[in-house]
Amino acid sequence: MQTDSTELRLRNLMLASLDGDAAAYRTLLAELGTHLRPYFTRRLTPAFAAQAEDLVQETLLAIHTRRMTYDRTRPLTAWLHAVAHHKFVDHVRRQSIRLTVPLDDDAPFFAHDDNADALARRDLSVVLDTMPARTGDLIRRTRIDGVSVAEAAAAHGMSETAAKVSIHRGLRSLVARFGGGEK
Amino acid sequence: MTDELIARLSADLKPVRPRAMQRLLLGAVLLSAIIAITAMITWLGPRADIATAPMTMMFWTKFGYTLALSILGGAATLALARPDGVTRWPWRTGLALLALLLVGAVIQLASASAEEMPVLILGGTALVCPWRIVVLSLPVLLATMLALRRFAPANPTLAGFAAGIMAGGTGAWAYSFACGENGMMFLALWYTLGILIVGALGAVLGRLLLRW
Repeated sequence: MQTDSTELRLRNLMLASLDGDAAAYRTLLAELGTHLRPYFTRRLTPAFAAQAEDLVQETLLAIHTRRMTYDRTRPLTAWLHAVAHHKFVDHVRRQSIRLTVPLDDDAPFFAHDDNADALARRDLSVVLDTMPARTGDLIRRTRIDGVSVAEAAAAHGMSETAAKVSIHRGLRSLVARFGGGEK
Repeated sequence: MTDELIARLSADLKPVRPRAMQRLLLGAVLLSAIIAITAMITWLGPRADIATAPMTMMFWTKFGYTLALSILGGAATLALARPDGVTRWPWRTGLALLALLLVGAVIQLASASAEEMPVLILGGTALVCPWRIVVLSLPVLLATMLALRRFAPANPTLAGFAAGIMAGGTGAWAYSFACGENGMMFLALWYTLGILIVGALGAVLGRLLLRW
């Protein structure tokens, strides 16, 4: 709660400001800045505390452009609090919108099953581990991670042709073991 | 950064006149009401018996009900256009007026003959009356929305609704000079419907336009 003396002083500054006293206005805005900064910092989670300064500025700007809506017969602190609260809620709302995925990125709901993927991935890694380490790794890199044959070959210090032969042989042996016979 | 902003804002300071909000809103309503009245005269024309109508109670009932709703809507708009604004009495008074009107309508219907009933409830214009009120209210709604954009409503939707009731009341008031219906139930149903449509329109516009 604001003390009465704060209310009285700020209100006198505001009334002078509304009558066009620029010096009083500057004092008022500067003092409001020092009140608003901790107000917003307290309300923002630590990760977003850096945005407190933006909010202070937005609020000061709103106080400036909307100063007509202050009723001179009513407490100034209540009005200020309402403006700051409005700016805070507005900020949080916009923030939460920004944190969501854009709609056009929204793939069809059943297009992708993480669970099935995980199961397949685990089976695959078990199988690849039974192969010679280099062949298994080449297959993993080129067929699962999507790296080019040249890059995978370079990682093992072998020529591209040798890598291709190794991958080809490895895949053929896998088909022979798990292919389930003639199709 | 913030110091810079404070310097810029205090250099930009212009005095604000007392009751600046009231002046701005009243100016917008009066100006647009003239447009609404002009539109009523050129589009619909005043009722044929406009010279003698002010002798009847019903003329003043329509006049008073619509004007009262316009003023109540204006009072609500002024309160709700502030960041710390809340208000209830205009809504309550408006509903009380409607209730009073309905009581009068039932009394009027009770003393009417069977042939008069449809005339008092539906008249000849029940289907066009709400829409004519909406059309005549549009200039007022537009002007008040423009004024409201400079205010700071805590709840833009509700402030828009209040502005819509004010605009609807003003439009209906302009329409009452063109409307020859004499049923209180007609007034309670179709005028109120038209005003509420404008109120809903104002709520939608408020939500879209009055964010700050």
